[in-house]
Amino acid sequence: MKKNGVKMIKIKAKDVDVFYGKKQALYNISLDIEENQVTALIGPSGCGKSTFLRCLNRMNDVIDICSVKGEILINDFNINDKSCDVVRLREKIGMVFQKPNPFPKTLYENVSYGPTIHGMAQSKQEMDEIVETSLKKAALWEEVKDRLHEPGTGLSGGQQQRLCIARAISVRPEVILMDEPCSALDPIATAQIEELIDELKKEHTIIIVTHSMAQAARVSQNTGFFHLGQLIEHGSTDKIFKNPDNTKTQDYITGRFG
Amino acid sequence: MNLILFTFIVLLGFTSYYFGRRKAYTIQSSNKRLTALPQFYGYYLSIWCAIPAFIIFSLWAIFEPTIVKLLILSDYSNQGYLDDELNLIYEKTKALSRGQFTGEITPFIEASAEKYFSLRSIAQSSKVVIVLSAIIASVAYAYKRISSNSRTREPVEKFLNAVLFTASLAAILTTVGIVFSLIFQTIDFFKVIPLFDFVFGTHWYPAKAFVRDSSEALDPTMYSDTFGAVPIFAGTFFIAFIAMCVAIPIGLMSGIYLAEYASTKVRQYAKPLIEILAGIPTVVYGFFAALTVGPFLKELGTSMGLEVSAESALAAGGVMGIMIIPFISSLSDDVITSVPQSLRDGSYAMGATKSETIKRVVFPAALPGIVGSILLGVSRAIGETMIVVMASGLAANLTLNPLESTSTITAQIVVILIGDQAFGDPKTQAAFALGMSLFLVTLCLNIVALRVVKKYREKYE
Repeated sequence: MKKNGVKMIKIKAKDVDVFYGKKQALYNISLDIEENQVTALIGPSGCGKSTFLRCLNRMNDVIDICSVKGEILINDFNINDKSCDVVRLREKIGMVFQKPNPFPKTLYENVSYGPTIHGMAQSKQEMDEIVETSLKKAALWEEVKDRLHEPGTGLSGGQQQRLCIARAISVRPEVILMDEPCSALDPIATAQIEELIDELKKEHTIIIVTHSMAQAARVSQNTGFFHLGQLIEHGSTDKIFKNPDNTKTQDYITGRFG
Repeated sequence: MNLILFTFIVLLGFTSYYFGRRKAYTIQSSNKRLTALPQFYGYYLSIWCAIPAFIIFSLWAIFEPTIVKLLILSDYSNQGYLDDELNLIYEKTKALSRGQFTGEITPFIEASAEKYFSLRSIAQSSKVVIVLSAIIASVAYAYKRISSNSRTREPVEKFLNAVLFTASLAAILTTVGIVFSLIFQTIDFFKVIPLFDFVFGTHWYPAKAFVRDSSEALDPTMYSDTFGAVPIFAGTFFIAFIAMCVAIPIGLMSGIYLAEYASTKVRQYAKPLIEILAGIPTVVYGFFAALTVGPFLKELGTSMGLEVSAESALAAGGVMGIMIIPFISSLSDDVITSVPQSLRDGSYAMGATKSETIKRVVFPAALPGIVGSILLGVSRAIGETMIVVMASGLAANLTLNPLESTSTITAQIVVILIGDQAFGDPKTQAAFALGMSLFLVTLCLNIVALRVVKKYREKYE
């Protein structure tokens, strides 16, 4: 979305360092994420792209030995500040994981999970509406509308992942983080998810970590390339893929390493 | 004598291992490729040593006594003795030859005893000769057969398979045997006491059956008010219920704490400490309940104006509950830990707090396993004996007042089988009937528990 021709910055990371115990995983990452765009984070395994993603909704808090330094501003508010309420933050920043992880509950309960814990629906009717809209947005409604009260674990892999997306968007987050959402899926399911991502960016800012360069090229408008815990280069996807400034980026894109 | 022979055979086994391996090395050194590693040739020869020894020993154990008996008693045939008398003569003969005979020694018996002694020594020495020659023959045969292309790996593997199979078969057969002994005695019991009286009777007073004069004929009607099992079944489930009231909340909460909240360091120390509870012998729990908790409850009750028996269901059940805590806590800890981290991440990422995540995601996911652990705990509570015998009294009261004394199936079995007892007496057989019903109850619980746990496993693996 452009305002007066200037792109709106949704997330601003400034000098982010991440440590696992004594081992440093990320060095000095500074990255701006534009609103209502898809930003892809690429790089070889272990380069820190998932770690960076997990900083954005403070999921690294779950890991005892992990510590994050630096500033991450979302809507100009530093989420690493002590005053930040993690529950509210995660309501605003949804996440979809590498492996589909629906809860062992019914489809309906999976989608209504977030709205329930955040008290977003006053009545059963409202909740029904939220569930229906979320499933429609996740392009899953038509396939499951007759079996909303069956367990979510009974779906196929691709359906499970779309269920997880429906779960994530049920609380109307501003940002959706996706950690290799298609790596456990077949090409057809992958295509469905990619189509969905394109649709979702109208209302949400999306950051996707991916191993597939083709996928990054297909779905994203901006790309950041990570290598050994450093952000080597970032910019528009077109530029990164066609005319990168850094030779390492060039080598990775052309498949010379990684 | 047998011990020396056995040691010798074991030594032979080792020697043949050595010879087998040496022959394999010799073959190898003449630049021929072996079909198996050299030690397989050693094992192969050892097996050829063990099998004949085992067969001959078993045959001897089965047939020697019968044959000796036949030979001894052949002297007494055609003299008009009855079978029982012949058996008695044989027993006397054996006792005399061992020097344990105390009665009047007749010349007949003395002669038989001498014959018995000589037969036994002949049997012993021939056993030694036969076993040793059989071993040497079979090992020699196998040794000759070893060549560069003889197969040794397959027989060795098959032998191991057979040994392991026999071991598990022994365990299963023992179970079957125990069940059958229970079944037959139980059937005998129900021939005298109607099943209806046992299942629905409300008076349990087996001592009454024992007071009976042995010269009296068996009259089923006199037992009509003796073997009513309702009070002790009620007592059993009541005490188990009290125990679970203590064990489930504490065990479950400590399991959740260990799995979700405790830091690695705390967990490292706390878990073994809780599991120590499981290692305390139940007899120790028993006197803890009888000598500490029971009197304490009695005093507490008296100070509040309640009448509390020194041996109360509450004391026994409460202590039993403490005994079961580690089972529930440790099992539910395992089950909760095995819930995939991805589910927790999914919940945290939605903005759920830790307790919400546990309540809404982790606990439901772990529920089948937790239910399984609880059912295993219940079947322990029902089968527990020592604590009840010591702390809850032995009189079978039909009561639901936890402050009174009551009794359980296990405690009644103990009461019945302590001291004098006669086989074939309904009082003794009552113990078998109780054991059988106890077995059925715990069996059902275990089957349900295992099913539930299995169903849970299928879901995540």
